[in-house]
Amino acid sequence: MSERVLEALKSRFGAAILDSHSQFGDDTAIVDPKSWKAVCRFLRDDPSMSFDMLVDLCGVDYPTRTPRVEVVLHLYSVARRHRVRLKSRVGEEDMVGCEIETVSDLWPGASWFERETYDLMGVTFLGHPDLRRILMYPEFEGHPLLKDYPADRTQPLVPYRTEAEAGLPLEKLAPFGSDEGMPFPLRTAGARWFNQGQGEN
Amino acid sequence: MGELGETRQVTLDASESSGFATTRLDALLGWARKWSLFKYPFVTACCGMEFMSLTSPRFDGTARFGAEAPRFSPRQADLLWVVGTISQRQAPVLRRIYEQMMEPKWVLAFGTCASCGGFYDNYTTVPGIDKIIPCDVYVPGCPPRPEAVIDGLMLLQDKIARGDKTPGIVKPREDPAALVKDLVKLRRGKESV
Repeated sequence: MSERVLEALKSRFGAAILDSHSQFGDDTAIVDPKSWKAVCRFLRDDPSMSFDMLVDLCGVDYPTRTPRVEVVLHLYSVARRHRVRLKSRVGEEDMVGCEIETVSDLWPGASWFERETYDLMGVTFLGHPDLRRILMYPEFEGHPLLKDYPADRTQPLVPYRTEAEAGLPLEKLAPFGSDEGMPFPLRTAGARWFNQGQGEN
Repeated sequence: MGELGETRQVTLDASESSGFATTRLDALLGWARKWSLFKYPFVTACCGMEFMSLTSPRFDGTARFGAEAPRFSPRQADLLWVVGTISQRQAPVLRRIYEQMMEPKWVLAFGTCASCGGFYDNYTTVPGIDKIIPCDVYVPGCPPRPEAVIDGLMLLQDKIARGDKTPGIVKPREDPAALVKDLVKLRRGKESV
């Protein structure tokens, strides 16, 4: 569909495009985080690209990889009717250096997506005008969509009533058994769980 | 009038001939309360659709029971309908709304999420509003049928009339296990034909 975009990116940015592939009509470029902003600016401003619409920006955690967090950006050009997906990988195992430049000055719509990615995945967007949590509350600790956030950890704002206070049993049957849901341990024993059946995409 | 401390036998005429009825005060109050529930709808999620269906003419599930008029100030309401998922972030709001309501007050948990958190077994959802506020009636269902909610409302009325504060759960009208048995029978019948 828009391999043309990938070719233009590769010829212009060379080594900053770490990898690219086209599958099922989707074209993906994996971008060096240092060139993230430059690539985005080129895609928006170049008349042959003119990506005027930011569709989505999100994050993915691959705890077995280094760098572990992938920032995924979907762009669409209304004028030229082509779309492209950009990915960039940031962050060490302990989330050090998990930061990338903001694109919210290029597409204002990126602002809340970046706040969401910051909130849930812990990616810091450098230069974002107002990088706060957007879905979770300010008191929340950690980033819940990272794979090493404990699946059963809650952080209530209001202390729960005790059974003595309520005078009746409050514990409900858990909706999932221990073999369902997300029972995997942290980064060690269950590692093969994560990337089952996936290529290096 | 008799002397002070003197006991006198008082005979009450039968009410149909005397023109007045006698009752206990708490029974009278319970009767009055159960037919004049002023609701505060705390609607947060998809159960709200079924709540609209319940209150609209096809089921007319609140007006028939004296619970039609919504009050959008908790200070004027006495029945809190918690309709939908309560996230951890909303929990302090719900708690405050409940605390602002005047006694006597009742709480109805509408749907599975309000009752026990439903399938949201994760970092963001309160596993049942009874973790935060007392709850009088639980209506399970995802979302519950209006009939189930009407059952819940009648259960609440019954509890109010009896002065009973223990929580009640709306039971399914049909035993799901029995339904499965019928289903199996149906299939076997088809196979044998």
